[in-house]
Amino acid sequence: MAAKKLNIKDKYRLLTRDLDWEFSYQDHKKAFPFEEFEGIKITDWSKWEDPFRLTMDAYWKYQAEKERKLYAIFDAFAQNNGQLNISDPRYVNALKVFLTGVSPLEYQAFQGFAHTGRQFGGVGARVACQMQSIDELRHVQTQVHAMSHYNKFFDGLQDWSHMHDRVWYLSVPKSFFNDARAAGPFEFMVAIGFSFEYVLTNLLFVPFMSGAAYNGDMATVTFGFSAQSDEARHMTLGLEVIKFLLEQHEDNVPIVQKWIDKWFWRGTRLLTIVSMMMDYMLPNKVMSWKEAWEVYFEEAGGALFKDLARYGIRMPKHADLIAKEKEHVSHQAWWIFYTHGHAAGFHTWIPTDEELDWLSEKYPDTFDKYYRPRWELAKEMEAKGERFYTKALPQLCTTCQIPMGFTEMDNPTQISYRESIYKDERYHFCSDGCKEIFDEEPEKYVQSWLPVHQIFQGNCGGPDVEDVLRDYYRMNVGADNLDIKGSPDEERWKKWKGVA
Amino acid sequence: MSIEIKTATLEPVRNTYANVERRFGDKPATRYQEATYDLQSEANFHYRPLWQPDLELNDPRRTAIVMQDWYAFKDPRQFYYGAYVQQRAKMQEVAESNYAFFEKRDLARFISDEVRADIIRYLVPLRHVEHTANLNNMYGTAYGFGTAITQALLFNGMDRLGMAQYLSRIGLILDGNSGDALVDAKQQWMEADIWQGLRALCEETLVTEDWFEVMVAQNLVLDALLTDLVYRQFDNKLNEQGAQDIGMLTEFMQLWNKDTSRWMDAVLKTAVAESDENRALLAQWIETWRGKAAEALAPLAEAMLGAEALAEALELLDKRIAKAGIK
Amino acid sequence: MSKVYIALQDNDESRYIVEAIEDDNAEATVIHMPAMIRIEAENFLTVRRETVEEKMGRDWDVQELHINLITLGGNVDEDDEQLTLTWNE
Ligand SMILES: [Fe+2]
Ligand SMILES: [Fe+2]
Ligand SMILES: [Zn+2]
Repeated sequence: MAAKKLNIKDKYRLLTRDLDWEFSYQDHKKAFPFEEFEGIKITDWSKWEDPFRLTMDAYWKYQAEKERKLYAIFDAFAQNNGQLNISDPRYVNALKVFLTGVSPLEYQAFQGFAHTGRQFGGVGARVACQMQSIDELRHVQTQVHAMSHYNKFFDGLQDWSHMHDRVWYLSVPKSFFNDARAAGPFEFMVAIGFSFEYVLTNLLFVPFMSGAAYNGDMATVTFGFSAQSDEARHMTLGLEVIKFLLEQHEDNVPIVQKWIDKWFWRGTRLLTIVSMMMDYMLPNKVMSWKEAWEVYFEEAGGALFKDLARYGIRMPKHADLIAKEKEHVSHQAWWIFYTHGHAAGFHTWIPTDEELDWLSEKYPDTFDKYYRPRWELAKEMEAKGERFYTKALPQLCTTCQIPMGFTEMDNPTQISYRESIYKDERYHFCSDGCKEIFDEEPEKYVQSWLPVHQIFQGNCGGPDVEDVLRDYYRMNVGADNLDIKGSPDEERWKKWKGVA
Repeated sequence: MSIEIKTATLEPVRNTYANVERRFGDKPATRYQEATYDLQSEANFHYRPLWQPDLELNDPRRTAIVMQDWYAFKDPRQFYYGAYVQQRAKMQEVAESNYAFFEKRDLARFISDEVRADIIRYLVPLRHVEHTANLNNMYGTAYGFGTAITQALLFNGMDRLGMAQYLSRIGLILDGNSGDALVDAKQQWMEADIWQGLRALCEETLVTEDWFEVMVAQNLVLDALLTDLVYRQFDNKLNEQGAQDIGMLTEFMQLWNKDTSRWMDAVLKTAVAESDENRALLAQWIETWRGKAAEALAPLAEAMLGAEALAEALELLDKRIAKAGIK
Repeated sequence: MSKVYIALQDNDESRYIVEAIEDDNAEATVIHMPAMIRIEAENFLTVRRETVEEKMGRDWDVQELHINLITLGGNVDEDDEQLTLTWNE
């Protein structure tokens, strides 16, 4: 019998899409109980378009090939002590932020997509989520393996998962993903599948990983780009989800728009950390944060929203403000960490003169006017042996949990400050965006585990900050924190390189 | 300029991550250890899930099984993602060449119409069971606790999707890619009396709340019985009827069953060793689901293989239960 | 007009794919960056199996593209013959 040849679409439909059946013995809703409470209306799951029709056998085959290549590089990196080839020991601090702040998000993505991969009523969408779930597990595990060798030679990477659950600035990324996972399954998809994956992860992985290559870190660039190869599938899933929700029912449009507004704002706040990694923590620079933002957010995001306009979706709220902030956020963030460097799990420093010049050139409208004078002052103080640390603990925004250090965009010397009163309690915010998110769902955000509040309430040991750092955060005080100058990291580096 | 590096100056500061060191001491760790232990967040969650506000996002209370350390569930295969996909890629390579060989030589033509109908009636509908198993393992992945067990459940869930697809391909090989065999098999699944007990049981697992119970019902009770009935006894029957070549197409499942029962047996042993309460609970779950499964599978087993078949399968299941220290 | 784009890891295999893309998309711009190659075009970009096979001199499955892919932008349509990226205006 001559079998007819199946094209990939038909093959995928036959192999996968028809696995579902209509229940006869149990209530289908009891098996998929979370589909309705968000108000999203799905009339027909079969209209779901599979973005990539990857069957499991193909998945195993291609992913195994990626893994073989990746681990061959990890092995070579460790055998040849590849850490000696990086541009500068300061670079490794970006990896510390990455492992403690980003890798645990990959883990939460694995969990979140497992949840939607179990809960969605349509088999096509479910399977796509499951594949993303296992990919995200891949990402956290390959990152842990990539950093494993660095951990043997540098401080601050060793207790990444313990730190992620406790350290003050790490509650920014943690709460972002907790927020998405605590939401319903459709909001999770808009938050992570669409907003985060489609627009924001590009900013993290593409220019930053290119930067890793430029700083001689073959292990990181390899895992970064290898992870990104899965990301293309994730981005496409995110876009398909949005189109699917918008096409299913017109009542979904305002709900989706509200989520887009929320998650783009929350995402831009989260990326503040990446902005400072790009502008300050990569000794060899590929592009400025502002340039990366223009390519991956403004240009790519702009094209995306133009495409979605046919459904009645508009650009995320506060896009105009976000456009102005790209000139400021990296400088404000690095300043916060420089001044709180005694309480950070990585090293901080004053940019070199060359780097200050680069920043002046890349940010002609803001750097010399607002930020360079601070660094010049810090330099003077350091020269006098008075490298300073701010002793006070910062006040945090209840929503994004970043210390209140952002400024008004029409007056960049004025700290931006908003508040809301809910049930007689006062809550503080860094911006209108964060305040609006709180006001929309106060019952959710009053639960925020705000690290500074928790310290004051005595829930993190103490009484001194140093006790908290040592006992609750499990930092090696004096090795993991403080300035790069005089750190054990720096000393070891000098010894390896034979400089005094 | 060349720099000479004295090896003595390149002594590592530490051998592994601090969490791994706390568990196993300061010595070089395996990739499995670094990629598994303590990965999942356990403290300071920010918000209760809207979809289950009485529990935390990660919460050990989603099962009645109690463990002091959920990382006691070490996977004997030591699968982390990379090890897992590479292992499965090897298996799929063999499977792929088997399927290609079968198709190229058109081995289906040696199978009689009667046996072909049997395969569509008894083997191909199992794709829906595999799909159920996919969901049940995803359930444990999503609501279980600790990376050691949740990652293994995820791998298992993806395996089940893969096997659902392999079973579908068997249908397509038999029907010349028309999809008719899959339609017939689904009709069996939906309507034939022999399948209704199993379908009802599958639906019941999908509405059961305790993820550990779901895992036991699916990965121990149902899988043990079906594996024996289908991949041993039915396979033997196909051999006797001259359809031994089908064995090329189910080799993946045979190998897979060996691999995964090693993991599942270790899980049970660990849970039992933890406490008498766990053992009692597991005994109770297993008894309940064993009873339900035996009832559900009886008509199918009898039609497919004859009166004695189910008893044989139950005997093997009971041996595994006893070996885990449950009875 | 909006730009669709695709970025590939800078390695030997990608070089053939990039050549194929250049052949099939006269308007595309190729940008070399550290460790990656980015290709962008107005509204439409296609990667065709046949052309890649010609360049590589071997069979090539469109799904193999994912091994070297870093990122992409645009609505994706993938089948056995091609992968295209488009924006609707
Ligand atoms: Fe990821
Ligand atoms: Fe992703
Ligand atoms: Zn805020």
